[in-house]
Amino acid sequence: MPIQVLMPALSPTMEKGNLAKWLKKEGETIKSGDVIAEIETDKATMEVEATDEGTLGKILIPEGTADVAVNTPIATILADGESAADLAKAPAAPAPQPKAAEAPAAEAKGDAKAEAPQPAAKAPAAPVSEALPDTEIPAGTEMVTQTIREALRDAMAEEMRRDGDVFIMGEEVAEYQGAYKVTQGLLQEFGARRVIDTPITEHGFAGVGVGAAMAGLKPIVEFMTWNFAMQAIDQIINSAAKTLYMSGGQMGCSIVFRGPNGAAARVAAQHSQDYAAWYSQIPGLKVIAPYSAADYKGLLKAAIRDPNPVVFLENEMLYGHTGEVPKLPDFVVPIGKARIARAGKDVTIVSWAMGMSYALKAADELAKEGIEAEVIDLRTIRPMDTETIINSVKKTGRAVTVEEGWQQSGVGSEVASRIMEHAFDYLDAPVARVSGKDVPMPYAANLEKLALPSVAEVVAAAKAVSYR
Amino acid sequence: MAAPKKTVAKESGHETAGSPPEFSREQELKALRDMLLIRRFEEKAGQLYGMGAIGGFCHLYIGQEAVVVGMQMALKQGDEVITGYRDHGHMLACDMEAKGVMAELTGRRGGYSHGKGGSMHMFSKEKHFYGGHGIVGAQVSLGTGLAFANRYRGNDNVSVTYFGDGAANQGQVYESFNMAELWKLPVIYVIENNRYAMGTAVSRASAQQDFSKRGVSFNIPGKQVDGMDVRAVKAAADEAVAWCRGGNGPIILEMQTYRYRGHSMSDPAKYRTREEVEKVRHDQDPIEQVRNRLLAAGVSEQDLKAIDAGVREIVNEAADFAQHDPEPDPSELYTDIYR
Repeated sequence: MPIQVLMPALSPTMEKGNLAKWLKKEGETIKSGDVIAEIETDKATMEVEATDEGTLGKILIPEGTADVAVNTPIATILADGESAADLAKAPAAPAPQPKAAEAPAAEAKGDAKAEAPQPAAKAPAAPVSEALPDTEIPAGTEMVTQTIREALRDAMAEEMRRDGDVFIMGEEVAEYQGAYKVTQGLLQEFGARRVIDTPITEHGFAGVGVGAAMAGLKPIVEFMTWNFAMQAIDQIINSAAKTLYMSGGQMGCSIVFRGPNGAAARVAAQHSQDYAAWYSQIPGLKVIAPYSAADYKGLLKAAIRDPNPVVFLENEMLYGHTGEVPKLPDFVVPIGKARIARAGKDVTIVSWAMGMSYALKAADELAKEGIEAEVIDLRTIRPMDTETIINSVKKTGRAVTVEEGWQQSGVGSEVASRIMEHAFDYLDAPVARVSGKDVPMPYAANLEKLALPSVAEVVAAAKAVSYR
Repeated sequence: MAAPKKTVAKESGHETAGSPPEFSREQELKALRDMLLIRRFEEKAGQLYGMGAIGGFCHLYIGQEAVVVGMQMALKQGDEVITGYRDHGHMLACDMEAKGVMAELTGRRGGYSHGKGGSMHMFSKEKHFYGGHGIVGAQVSLGTGLAFANRYRGNDNVSVTYFGDGAANQGQVYESFNMAELWKLPVIYVIENNRYAMGTAVSRASAQQDFSKRGVSFNIPGKQVDGMDVRAVKAAADEAVAWCRGGNGPIILEMQTYRYRGHSMSDPAKYRTREEVEKVRHDQDPIEQVRNRLLAAGVSEQDLKAIDAGVREIVNEAADFAQHDPEPDPSELYTDIYR
């Protein structure tokens, strides 16, 4: 029976890609290992190698086709002795299987540090409704559609153009163009003096960055993921966050530590942890965890300009998501301001970063049942915009927090405490917390899904606090 | 980057040359005065600690004075200095005021950190002193970062990064060595080997006890120096500074030195004999060495006593200030967290 070639997933987060070019024609002989096509992901152009031998029977997706979903059949290969007449026998759709099984290594290059190849997108897609516009964006501003990856890159490039003291250092940020392609093009524009590949040495280069910041430079330190920054946490907390205080105000540290945080997809416990709660406890640090593309850009620019050490938590699952970013010469979002992403009167849902995708989808669901949720995107975890939360809760009398991180001593717990302290008399129900489950992140797709919050859990929590 | 000039022996190893270059009388007098200031300051700090005026941890530098004084004699304005928690001597050598340092030890508002840092955490941007760090080894990455900033800016300043034989076993030291050599950063790693990491003798903690060789696998040259002889320190520092300013990257100086007091004030020093301490003090004391040379050169005992008296006056004033200066205003609790 003819063999189907499926659109491969080439990174942990890839959901679709463009079929750029066929390198084999129908009727050509194919040997295992031959490059048969080129596929563009949102990060790079990758070659697809044949794993089966035979003849290219039929090209199902012509070259130049955009947005081909992962696992779509793109061609059929005829085995020896089969002919075009056998094509009809090919299965109509691919057999269901864990997507990781066939995915060629994309970024990995045999390096355990790079992304593991895994496609299954377990996070909900971008929600339909984002009811409220950004208050920072003047009405009538032209918007451009960008991926979050591009928004981050533009933020850094703009700030590096503006200030010669800003530079970026980290693993694979320069010649490789970023392990997640966030620093794409920066080396070409700014050169190796300002876009610096480091050895794999998180503790060391975090300290070097802090030392350079103490000397007055403004480093952006990229961690390939925040999981690796545990090697460097002493420098972030003991050196970066505390020195201003310990020096009586003399020795500040203008530095941004940034990189992907939280659960990616199918990378298991050591690569899937949310550090928002950890860093948010530290006086001297600012902690930012945006959700929308515009906020990613505007807040990263603000972080780079901030004279304090800033922990900037990105989400790998969101890097490829697109959003509207204002086309302004200098779009900066203030640190420490929450955004009401959707207005409502019945229940307040407080979230940030990836949690917002659950919160907004849940709000859509709740609306169908006549519950109007007000969704607050914290954007900055420290300093926390308590006022916006409290004002909303005074209106709704009910609150739910949503985070992918763990519940104990989590950010949601802090939000709940503040609501209790400042709006106890307004509450009609105890605050509910939806969070990641109290387990290390499992690898198996089904368990991973269970370990994370879900839209259904948010909906259920909102109904529970509404006694519905 | 130009090929490294061989201004310093690339091979690690013991100093085999004879006695170090002589100091001029002026240099001898300056070294004596600067070392005496540190010694008297530390003696006074120990006394104030005993009286309860200084709290927490207090690590005295007595015995090691020649290291910072000799190093500082080779530096120029703009060169950065950073060290660990045994930092009082470094600050005085950097020309920070004794009053401000002592008042920080007593936790008063006139201290360099307004009383919020204490013995281990003091800084002076003006004097290019970058601390005072309480986490063993952290200053090595930070000092490498100071050197990175010099290179980024294209100036010819050198970062002098001090750490002890104990810190030399921390991982980030080697992460820093690698980057410093890779990027040819102008940093002098001064390893103050005082033979004990707290209570653990070097022989019990270090597989490679020749610390000048700790950079071998990174191609960082190193040298062992008699850290009790201020002239030897100065001579090694001159070479190291030239090496770094010449764009050749980092260099390691192992200063063989000794601390007379315990690791901190609460250390009964049971890990070594009283005789061992007495022998070093008698045979190698850095201050006595200079005093004896000056006396032999015809300087009068009276003149030397006058120097000591001048130093004691500074220290007594500092101690007086540090005990009478008010504590920080309670409002200081919430300042300097962000800027």
